[in-house]
Amino acid sequence: MSEEAAAAVRRRIDALWRIEGARIIAALARATRDVGFAEDLAQEALAEALAQWPESGTPGNPAAWLTAVAKRKAIDAWRRSERLEERYRAMARDLEDDDGVPWVPLEDDVLRLVFTACHPVLSREAQMALTLRVVGGLTTEEIARLFLVPVATVQQRIVRAKKTLAAARVPFEVPEPNEWGARLGAVLGVVYLMFTEGYAATSGDAWIRPDLANEALRIGRILAGLVPREPEAHGLVALMEFQASRFPARTRPDGSPVLLADQDRTRWDRAQIGRGRAALRRCDALGRGRGNYALQAAIAECHSIAPSVDGTDWQRIVLLYEALGRIAPSPVVELNRAVAVSMATGPAAALAIVDSLATGGALGGTHLLPSVRGELLVRLGRAGEARSEFITAAGLASNQRTRELLEERAAGISPAPGPSPG
Amino acid sequence: MKYMFIMRATDEAIEASKQVPFEEILNQMGAYNEQLIKAGVMLAGEGLTDLSEGSAFVVDFAEEPPVVTDGPYGETHELFNGFWIVQVASKEEAKEWASRCPLGPGSKLEVRRIAEADDFADFADNEYIKKEAVWRQELNQP
Repeated sequence: MSEEAAAAVRRRIDALWRIEGARIIAALARATRDVGFAEDLAQEALAEALAQWPESGTPGNPAAWLTAVAKRKAIDAWRRSERLEERYRAMARDLEDDDGVPWVPLEDDVLRLVFTACHPVLSREAQMALTLRVVGGLTTEEIARLFLVPVATVQQRIVRAKKTLAAARVPFEVPEPNEWGARLGAVLGVVYLMFTEGYAATSGDAWIRPDLANEALRIGRILAGLVPREPEAHGLVALMEFQASRFPARTRPDGSPVLLADQDRTRWDRAQIGRGRAALRRCDALGRGRGNYALQAAIAECHSIAPSVDGTDWQRIVLLYEALGRIAPSPVVELNRAVAVSMATGPAAALAIVDSLATGGALGGTHLLPSVRGELLVRLGRAGEARSEFITAAGLASNQRTRELLEERAAGISPAPGPSPG
Repeated sequence: MKYMFIMRATDEAIEASKQVPFEEILNQMGAYNEQLIKAGVMLAGEGLTDLSEGSAFVVDFAEEPPVVTDGPYGETHELFNGFWIVQVASKEEAKEWASRCPLGPGSKLEVRRIAEADDFADFADNEYIKKEAVWRQELNQP
């Protein structure tokens, strides 16, 4: 077979897998009650497709073909099993008995898959990698590219995640009602962390990794479709839509960041803002109030519909931050509230909030607090102090682009150029 | 990347579709849209109204000022009657989704990639690209 034909089949399989992968793995996991094993089976079936399809052509129903091959492999594996546990023999018999009946996943199976991939026994990295792999249908190579890590690292994370799930005997089930809220929160957290990794890269020299953010957004939309009665699922989608709508304005051609206040709002993606507002309306229509993500989305919406920084409804943003701070108190929310207060009321009131945060020792070791403090001091005319805050902030920034921005800010303040930090 | 699926139908396809209960067409299209939405790839989609209702017109730029007529649609045998916008990772994924659209003989989907910022990298002289250069300078001199 020609290499070109093989590459074409590879691309076709990758595309199919993005669409069908989660459903196929979910069906396999329901039959085997083991997500790790189901994923192994799916990979074997994909390898077989890659070997056969260039010669035989793509079957009419590729998803059914892949599922059937994986099912046969499951039976073979159980037959070979040295342990010969009765449980496996029974499963093999069951699988053979319903031969000819296509495995069609129930919608809940995909949801079970999501909860398993985001199970709290897994590390954050493992949750993200496994979710992209089994829910998003991405290859190991694609995941490695998104996270800017070696392929071997992703492979290791996935292998380890599967072993952990097995060791912890994690069932292929949706959580019990008493755990539902916390577990759903964990799933949403994984998706949002994935998005923020793409939105404001915490390491590396790229400010935005839109591909990763887009994958997170896709998985968020899938999730909202799986749990349409959950306001926070829609809230999260809304938040991601609003934030992603600013990607075109958020970096300069050389890749450096542009802050919200300086962004050219004509470059915001209006269609995407419209999708964000629609998602927030779906959340509100459920009539159960706004949670953490929906409140953040509502804040993002205020920015999205404002004609300019000055034309922004800062009073409303302060209110939303107050509400957010009560249901999900965090120093970052408090710092953002301070910024909103500085716009709604003035820098002095905001500085008091920031200083009380600093006194409490919150956000130590990050560039966030000194950079906000620097901006407030500039507005209060305290140039010397402001410059030293920006220099401190630059020294703490982990992202190269952020550091450069803060250094520029420090250098631009006083008539004399600021000393270059370490 | 984003793709637009442009639905085109011939008179023959439109006649053929009249033999099928409209409810059935609605159900098939609805199921297709639902698949796209649940897969998280659908960004937008609209159907266009029938020419017979008289709301459509043509603007012909052959002259200055352009001439607006209620038709005819000239030699067009394939009418543009709806579109989808999807966000996908590859051309192959766009092909997969487009091929699943419940259309019959006489209908076609024209599938085009939607231009994004990177596609305009060669137009550095453009007024709006220049505008960006100006605010970049302003940023460096606070």
